Amino acid sequence: MHKWLVWPVISTALLTLLGGCSPQKYSANYTNGLVYCSESDPISMNPQLDTSTTTADATAHQIYDRLLEFDTESGRIRPSLATSWSVSDDGLLYRFSLRRDVKFHTTDYFTPGRPFNASDVLFSFNRWRLPQHSFHNVSGGYYPYFESLGLADNIADIKAVSPYEVEISLKQRDSSFLANIASDFSVILSAEYADVLMSQGIPERIDRLPIGTGPYQYADYQKNHYIRYDVNNDYWQGTPASKALIFDITPKSSLRLAKLMTGECDAVAFPARVDHQIIREREDLVLAEKPGLNIGFWAFNTERPPFDNPSVRKALAYAIDKNTLIEAVYFDSATRAKSLLPAASWAYQADAQDTGYNPVLARQLLDEAGVAPGFTMSVWAIPVERAYNPNAQKMAELIQRYLADIEVEVNIVSYDWSTFRRQLRQGNHDSVLIGWSADNGDPDNFYRPLLSCDAIPSGTNRARWCNPAYDEILDRAIQTEDVDIRKALYFQANELLFDKLPMVPIAHAYRYQAYREELSGMVINPYGGIRLGGVTKQRD
Amino acid sequence: MIRILSRYAILFSLTLLSLCALSFSLIYLFPAEPVTTLTGITPQNLMQHEALMNQYHLNNSIIVQFADYLSELFAGNWGVSLISGQPLSEEIMLALPATIELSACAMFIVIVVGIPLGCYSGLRAYSTTDFTINSISVTAYSVPVFWLAVLFILTFSLQFGWLPLSGRINLLFDIPPKTGFLMIDILLADNVDRAAAFSDALLHLILPVLSIACISTASMIRITRRSIIDVLNKPFIIAARSKGLSSKQIFFRHVLRNALLPILPLMAMQITTLITNAMIVETLFSWPGIGNWLIQAIYQRDYSALRMGMLAVSTLVVMITIAIDLFNRLIDPSREKYESVTI
Repeated sequence: MHKWLVWPVISTALLTLLGGCSPQKYSANYTNGLVYCSESDPISMNPQLDTSTTTADATAHQIYDRLLEFDTESGRIRPSLATSWSVSDDGLLYRFSLRRDVKFHTTDYFTPGRPFNASDVLFSFNRWRLPQHSFHNVSGGYYPYFESLGLADNIADIKAVSPYEVEISLKQRDSSFLANIASDFSVILSAEYADVLMSQGIPERIDRLPIGTGPYQYADYQKNHYIRYDVNNDYWQGTPASKALIFDITPKSSLRLAKLMTGECDAVAFPARVDHQIIREREDLVLAEKPGLNIGFWAFNTERPPFDNPSVRKALAYAIDKNTLIEAVYFDSATRAKSLLPAASWAYQADAQDTGYNPVLARQLLDEAGVAPGFTMSVWAIPVERAYNPNAQKMAELIQRYLADIEVEVNIVSYDWSTFRRQLRQGNHDSVLIGWSADNGDPDNFYRPLLSCDAIPSGTNRARWCNPAYDEILDRAIQTEDVDIRKALYFQANELLFDKLPMVPIAHAYRYQAYREELSGMVINPYGGIRLGGVTKQRD
Repeated sequence: MIRILSRYAILFSLTLLSLCALSFSLIYLFPAEPVTTLTGITPQNLMQHEALMNQYHLNNSIIVQFADYLSELFAGNWGVSLISGQPLSEEIMLALPATIELSACAMFIVIVVGIPLGCYSGLRAYSTTDFTINSISVTAYSVPVFWLAVLFILTFSLQFGWLPLSGRINLLFDIPPKTGFLMIDILLADNVDRAAAFSDALLHLILPVLSIACISTASMIRITRRSIIDVLNKPFIIAARSKGLSSKQIFFRHVLRNALLPILPLMAMQITTLITNAMIVETLFSWPGIGNWLIQAIYQRDYSALRMGMLAVSTLVVMITIAIDLFNRLIDPSREKYESVTI
């Protein structure tokens, strides 16, 4: 009776099905660009203003260059925008020769009128160095990396000897100075761009619409969604092969892995530990690993009682079994941390003292310090995966259980990443599970930003611990080039830290990078943010 | 006619007013400073606090505050997001079209697949084909949408690698968001291979659309089938048949028209289900729509965003429901007899 109805129905159904099943490769301009799936939004487009890995990844090596650069293999410092440098005998005067014919980015919002020269170096350094500089207070006037190292106070003067020669004089010898100049945060901005913005009355735009000399230039940014970069066709190291670079912001690591498997991402940030096996088993994916220069720790807010008492901190340290934490959270991809430095560092102390698991002693210490059973404290767990702590939430839960054994109650606290950091900087925590990835290979880069007095206002001293004796040891250590003397001083610092225990070092993790096998030139940079300039994607 | 229209207009504005009142009361219900929830700005000092209090008349009585709130709303000043600091009107206008686009595509599938299958099933009532279609639709109706979406992702994206699992389009296509509707934006974009961009956007649509459309199609099939069977049993069909009309003529002239009328109001209800499902599916497919946006706002305790997002979504749903009801009322003469207006 109703035969005429059959065909339209069947064909519609078939068409719908066929639409869903055509096995075609779904990206026509697949090889034209790179998609990197990052884990969070950068705080700013200028790494001078923030120390987080997210910001450094998104900006430091994509948009900008530095005077010097770390070699990812050897860790040695090599020329970048500075072609050569020399140091005076007393170690106080550094002279840099600058590269010629380096062009700044030409974008919709800025066209450079001159190549890079000494005035750009002066501008970039003076911005964070001099409080009276016209750009110092733009975007908050807050330069956490440099403040935590006290770098501004140690620089006596910077001057341009000629348009392509810069001299920096220090007040005191600093053997980690070159390493700091090569870190992710010492980027070179365009002085010409700054002048244009200042004359237009919109100086804060310099950190939102960035101009640098790096392999990619900024094109667009949608919060929680993506950052889009175009290729810098005039890049001085040769134009990158990819016409575009995209940071696809994907906070969930399972989704990042899924997108890596479908080819929607070419490389992903922070592959989760549980996913490593899956990545290794797939032929089209690569998992690269390298021992990382990092540390995951549990820091106590030493400004808040009872955590201002070293024996309370020690008691809590004795209450947890680090080995179990490491097994449960890092699987087999981390080593136990005794002091701040990982074994890869030259100042590593193999026989440093460490706290063991001893709940009875812990309770006893608490009783002596007058902390009654039923005491409640908060443990803040970072809401993002980091190499140094891939699952802080889980670690916090384990600590919660350990502390329950010594009758201390734990509230686990977590916010979204930017709120978390803001609250942390205000010191609203009792204790926090967080960590540190070094920006350069120098031991000073661990000891100073993590626990020195200067690092409290700059926010990297999560323990908010200030000890003049400790600071003095650090200062003495950077005033000499003699490795043995420096080593002895850092050992002394370790001893002091074990005695006061402002934080419990937990683990040094390996660094991992997961990417598709079509990519070549992908290397792990142990000294900071990811470098995508030399990465190319082959047609299969 | 004018009476009907004005009744609907009054109903619409009253509903909107109560929605606004609800969203206004949230300012005081959320566990944060009223100024902050209202404007999205956390006052840095007492002076700024005072200035904001004055600007939004928060020192005056509740009635004045509400009146001021309404005038700000209509002026398009919806405050800024607590987290991103962007104007909420901009963020919502970017997210809402993505949801509408997704829902519209799903609705298209629902109509194109659901109605013909329902008709066929109704005409062949109680045959094997009918039972087959019916049991499939009951099964499909019972599947939770979030589970189905995950199943689709596992099979078609991860197992076979045929279809992408996130977003509206591969980000390598640089499509500036002018209208927020991707298909229109592609047409407006320059320097883009439009055909490739279109096919890529379509491929991104398939899985989310299918996951949403599945449930609604199933209920559409059952509604249509029921309606067709009811109409077939009416005396005027026997009369038409005795006049000697062919079955084709009977179907298009008498059965279809009469069967579709009662379907329309039910379809309006389907749309709300569809939008709700769309918001669930968005989070699974990282679709940058209003559902995803609201979930982010919840995670980050972005109170000002939650307040406006809730208002925007409910306004949209109320608008669609009332519009379909009005349309139905206008074309269905049998409904003249109902005096009251209902939604």
